[in-house]
Amino acid sequence: MLSYALRRILIVVITLLAASVIVFAVLEIVPGDPARLMLGINATEDAVAALRQQMGLDQPLVLRYFEWIGGMLTGDFGRSYTYSVPVIDLIRERLVVSLPLALMALALSTLIAIPVGIFSAARRGTAADAGVMAATQLGIAIPNFWFAILLVYVFAIALRLVPAGGFPGWDAGIGKALAALILPAVALALPQAAILARVTRSALLDVLGEDYIRTARAKGLPAGLVLRRHAMRNAMIPVLTILGLQFAFLLAGTIIIENVFYLPGLGRLVFQAITQRDLIVVESVVVLLVATVVIVNFLVDLAYAWADPRLRRR
Amino acid sequence: MISKTSTFLAGAALALALTSSAFAARTDLTLAIQLEPPHLDPTAGAAGAIDDIVYQNVFQGLTRIGPDGAVLPSLAESWTVSDDGLTYIFKLHGGVKFHDGTSLDAGDVVFSLDRARADDSTNAQKALFSAIASAEAVDDLTVKVTLSRPQGSFLYNMGWGDAVIVAPESADTNKEKPVGTGPFKFVDWAQGSSATLEKNADYWGEPVALDKVTYRFISDPAAATAALLAGDVQAFPSFPAPEAVAQFEGDPRFSVVIGSTEGETILSTNNGKEPFNKLEVRQAIAHALDRQAIIDGAMFGFGTPIGTHFAPHNPAYVELVETYPYDPEKSKALLADAGYPDGFKATLKLPPPAYARRGGEIVAAQLRDVGIDLEIIPVEWAQWLDQVFKQKDYDLTIISHTEPNDIGIYARDDYYFDYHSEAFNKVMAELDATADEDKRYELLRQAQEIIAKDAVNGYLFELPKLGIWDAKLEGLWHNLPVQSNDLSKVHWTE
Repeated sequence: MLSYALRRILIVVITLLAASVIVFAVLEIVPGDPARLMLGINATEDAVAALRQQMGLDQPLVLRYFEWIGGMLTGDFGRSYTYSVPVIDLIRERLVVSLPLALMALALSTLIAIPVGIFSAARRGTAADAGVMAATQLGIAIPNFWFAILLVYVFAIALRLVPAGGFPGWDAGIGKALAALILPAVALALPQAAILARVTRSALLDVLGEDYIRTARAKGLPAGLVLRRHAMRNAMIPVLTILGLQFAFLLAGTIIIENVFYLPGLGRLVFQAITQRDLIVVESVVVLLVATVVIVNFLVDLAYAWADPRLRRR
Repeated sequence: MISKTSTFLAGAALALALTSSAFAARTDLTLAIQLEPPHLDPTAGAAGAIDDIVYQNVFQGLTRIGPDGAVLPSLAESWTVSDDGLTYIFKLHGGVKFHDGTSLDAGDVVFSLDRARADDSTNAQKALFSAIASAEAVDDLTVKVTLSRPQGSFLYNMGWGDAVIVAPESADTNKEKPVGTGPFKFVDWAQGSSATLEKNADYWGEPVALDKVTYRFISDPAAATAALLAGDVQAFPSFPAPEAVAQFEGDPRFSVVIGSTEGETILSTNNGKEPFNKLEVRQAIAHALDRQAIIDGAMFGFGTPIGTHFAPHNPAYVELVETYPYDPEKSKALLADAGYPDGFKATLKLPPPAYARRGGEIVAAQLRDVGIDLEIIPVEWAQWLDQVFKQKDYDLTIISHTEPNDIGIYARDDYYFDYHSEAFNKVMAELDATADEDKRYELLRQAQEIIAKDAVNGYLFELPKLGIWDAKLEGLWHNLPVQSNDLSKVHWTE
């Protein structure tokens, strides 16, 4: 188990290093001068040059790369070009919104999807199963931003139960903060739940066809016990993989939902930083997200080893 | 022992106090703006969103631009101008304090002006200060500014957001914690979400009605509509979705006020590139444009057609829309005269805003009707600034020039239009030297006529200001003569 974990850690480090080089290189060749963008069309050449110097943009590339990497390793992610605040503060402020949102959406989608998947697999071939399949198909097909707008019109405008968007901050009270996150979480959770339900169902069906399941039933174990003790653990591997991927997506892929609900989240930060050519923010956030994905996948790999004892011996 | 009468009277007084406070108008406001500013120092960036929050509210200048575009006194209560137009003496209001408690004196004005025109200044409108030769403090409340040449627009220039007065003690941190002299104090900025201002209890001027103002940043049109309908925000002074305005027009809870801005939306043409260097070709393009169709299609009917680079609400405006009226046949004839009987191919680069992307499709269709085949290339702002504005690597583009009274850009030698006209430059030079209002209007009219006749660019329409706010709210500006959300006169009627 230890050598397995160590091997995976080495892969994590190499991936992160390679990602940082690629991200930095790509963003440096992208056209567009951040200083010119910030000062607008009426600005004089020397004003732009003065700002470039202030932002440190006139230093050589390799030097800037190592300064950036060195800074990141010590926790200093640099200062944003547009906001002039430390990037780490910006990221922290956005994570405070994006992380709870991602976790809520993940929890909701798991709570809906796994029981639905099990239900559907247990009743395979019946009308109930067909109904669930059709519903999940709909869930995958509906664009989540359209669904989000629908939710806003029903729950925020018509019923006035929750705000139409925005995030009041956690100091406004847990109730208010959660109220602002519930609609976006639902809008995000539903399509993910649809996918997860299908994956759960097909993983379970695969496992339920195995010999050892037949043996367990033949020995007289009730169907529910067979499902829980024998089938689920083996069906977990594909489900865990999808969950890991979904979490990474939920953290930064929610730019559209964040726009509809005008939430100050990580996705919107990256998007705005790209349009404003705030290269430092883009580089730091992208590498942070790569790190998150890599680490989450690493944890999923470890979870495989927990779920499947055969992996532990390698 | 308390008598029954006095108990009754006390009860009545309490009830009266409670009900009157229930009827007292509310004093807080949440309004939304489309773009979030990159920081809050108007003297260090071009983003109009900075002025949206702080201009007039937090920061003030020597003069200010009023809701109808007039120059009004602000921190300077009066001024005198020498006969040769080179010396301005400003008398400042006494007893003015910055939000950090320090007093405003002539030294702060000199500091602000010198900082803006310094060699390492990052002021986005350095040109506003280019005529200043020196500024000195005559005494605590008197500033003498000497110009190197007469500049008729000097007082107007000092009213721009980029010319506000800052204190040396706080100038360096104004980007995150703006400290000014205005009726509202900066409280907090939650990046990505909202910015909050509160009433300045020590304000030197007329007290304002609002106690607390929160700005929210909402760019998505659907989210903007939802926020207003749900009551999350009570005002959207520049509503971003013309397609949704109809929804609010019939609703008694909202006031819909359509005003005008200083945004001339034009089909910028590269006058230095073939075939656009030929006058007939540019005239042909002008004849091919049906402005009303563009306004209806791109702006859902909101917007005023323009025939030159000037705002229709301006008193010096000349109606020049009919200089080259919509006439596709005439257009084809002119193209044939110019040597392009079968038309030609060109590119149309479009920046992100909806007026450009939607308007561009319509313009391309109209020009195709006369044989000009346009390839539409969508670009991001950074690319537009780089390729079109800096390198002049473009044929045609659509953009709205929102700086107020900026007709002077046609006299700039290396501006991206690549237009050079002796006659126009002469008029601009004279305008600079003239302070007399009537003479200035006459010169501005001449300037408008020259660029209209030369068909320098395709003049499309003036961007409208779509203002939607709670029907019980009053005092918000109807027009946008300068980028601002001046809240000093805003109050709830109940």
